[in-house]
Amino acid sequence: MWFRKSVLVIPGRVIALMFGITLLLFPLLTADEATLRIVTFAAIFSLYAVSWDTLTGYTGQLSLGHALFFGVAAYASALLDLHLELSVWLTIPIGSCVGAFIGLIVGLPALRLRGIYLGLVTLAFPIILSGIIFYFSDFTGGEAGLYGLSRLAEDKITAYYIVIAIVMCSIFIMFKFTDAKSRILRTGLLLRAIREDEMTARASGIDTIKYKLLAFAMSGFFAGIAGGLYAHYIRVAGPSTLELTFSIQVVLWAIFGGMGTIYGPVAGVFILYPLTEIIRFYPYGEEVRFILLSLILILSLLFMPEGITVWVRDKIEQECTRCKVINAATRRTCRACRAPMYLTKEENANQGKE
Amino acid sequence: MFVSILINGLVSGAVYAILAIGFSLIFGVAKIMNMAHTAFYMLTAFLILGAITFLDMPLPLAAMASIIVAGLLGVVCYKLCFDRIKVHETAVMIISVAIAMLFEETILLTFGAQYQRIPPFVEGYFELGGVSVLNQHFFTAGASIATLVGVWLLLSKTKLGKAIRAVDQDREIANVMGINVTKTSMQVMGISVILAGVAGAVTAPTIMINPLMWTNPLVIVLSAVVLGGLGSIKGSAIAAFILGYAETLVVFIVPDGSFLRGAVSLTAMVLVLLIRPEGLFGVAFEEERL
Repeated sequence: MWFRKSVLVIPGRVIALMFGITLLLFPLLTADEATLRIVTFAAIFSLYAVSWDTLTGYTGQLSLGHALFFGVAAYASALLDLHLELSVWLTIPIGSCVGAFIGLIVGLPALRLRGIYLGLVTLAFPIILSGIIFYFSDFTGGEAGLYGLSRLAEDKITAYYIVIAIVMCSIFIMFKFTDAKSRILRTGLLLRAIREDEMTARASGIDTIKYKLLAFAMSGFFAGIAGGLYAHYIRVAGPSTLELTFSIQVVLWAIFGGMGTIYGPVAGVFILYPLTEIIRFYPYGEEVRFILLSLILILSLLFMPEGITVWVRDKIEQECTRCKVINAATRRTCRACRAPMYLTKEENANQGKE
Repeated sequence: MFVSILINGLVSGAVYAILAIGFSLIFGVAKIMNMAHTAFYMLTAFLILGAITFLDMPLPLAAMASIIVAGLLGVVCYKLCFDRIKVHETAVMIISVAIAMLFEETILLTFGAQYQRIPPFVEGYFELGGVSVLNQHFFTAGASIATLVGVWLLLSKTKLGKAIRAVDQDREIANVMGINVTKTSMQVMGISVILAGVAGAVTAPTIMINPLMWTNPLVIVLSAVVLGGLGSIKGSAIAAFILGYAETLVVFIVPDGSFLRGAVSLTAMVLVLLIRPEGLFGVAFEEERL
């Protein structure tokens, strides 16, 4: 059906397209290294936030310790790089596979626990691991971490494009993986069914155990890619990647952007992360930036509790009540079936009379 | 060494128990996962420091005033933030994280990041089984246990306590039975934050206070609450004592084990949850639908 694929008539898709193009052309717009660095970090963190969203937003398995996957993959890539001197193109995939494996291990308790219990157990894992890392500091570098990893690429712009390409592909894969309307993969629909009502899903013959573990592995894998990229980009894998604040940060980004949407977490990261970095450059910025950030968060959540993208989306798009095709909010009639999108005052009054 | 472990474990266990009870009360009654709970504990310690340095208040008065101010602040947070978006549970949790961050950064801005000390409520020490124990530790343990008994009396003997337990068990039915659920939730928020404040006030003289001191207790409190069984107040208090002793044991037995302190109690929590997912004292619901 032609109208499913159209881009230019739907404001949300136009924004997404323009955002993608801007990211690709970004090095042409500015040559400033600091700005480029901020955008690269934002891209890496958006992959990390999207991986959280796959697990928590779509599958409903609350993860409050997502830094575990990020940190484990960062450490794994770092160890492979320093001890075996593998190339970056091997360390990051192997690191992410380690992340996926850890995801499976963490997923095992998820089969017995749910909701807040699961959140608290997942919260525990990165803290336990960072305790172990501090204890065996000869092997893991302790407080300072492992440093001196090889670069992603020699110059900053190539590194930027490597990061952007990997991040975009991964986010696209996760978008397809979680898309409930997809005709190719059923996973999106199944994961959503598990989130809404696990018992009913199981009663309808869905192997919930398999799909829950799959969601954990996928989430761990992509968080792992983000972790590997991060470690190679800053050339350090330190215990800060396992901190509680880093696990909570991803939840902040994703919920601020809009949970369970994939584009929400991306928007959340690309709004909040540069904001925190930019405030730094102003006088007193370093001291007050987290105060400002927390105020912004509190206010935005009070008025947009479902996230900023969901709020904006409901303002600029509406679904045709007859054929469920998405239209721009400005249209009077549906672009697919020509049914009126909403009634005028007179029509409303007339309908009441009939 | 045995006596030191006993006393230190008792002190940290009792303080964690107060914090865990406050946390599990507000979670049970209002379904708020209040990540800012231990931030109120930190805030009270700094309010006391502020009251004695800037306002020259005597210490007991400063402690009282700070606990009350923290409690009022908790109610204000509830009214302004939690109550408005209570339908979105994850948003509530994130807003509490944001509140905790706001407190931390505000304190950081006013008092700085360095470690500071608050004078003890009672001076001196005495010998017990060959080790000298600070009187302040006894005061902390005594005050904490008195608070625990107070909470128990409040919950079991008063009308408010009955209302709290009723709302905790079933919101809808409590509402139908004529209990004002919104008002009870607000009162519980006040009580819960006051408990966090008491914990902060009695611990502050025994440790060095710092704006970041809320994260470690938060982790312990979360694990105590899960270990005891979410929703079981007795369970979370007992679990807090278990974790307090576990932590003290690790610090005393494993040399340079302070890094493993959090890790050990959390491992205990994960193991218990894997064996008995409903916690030590929780009730297992027959495939409960959330």
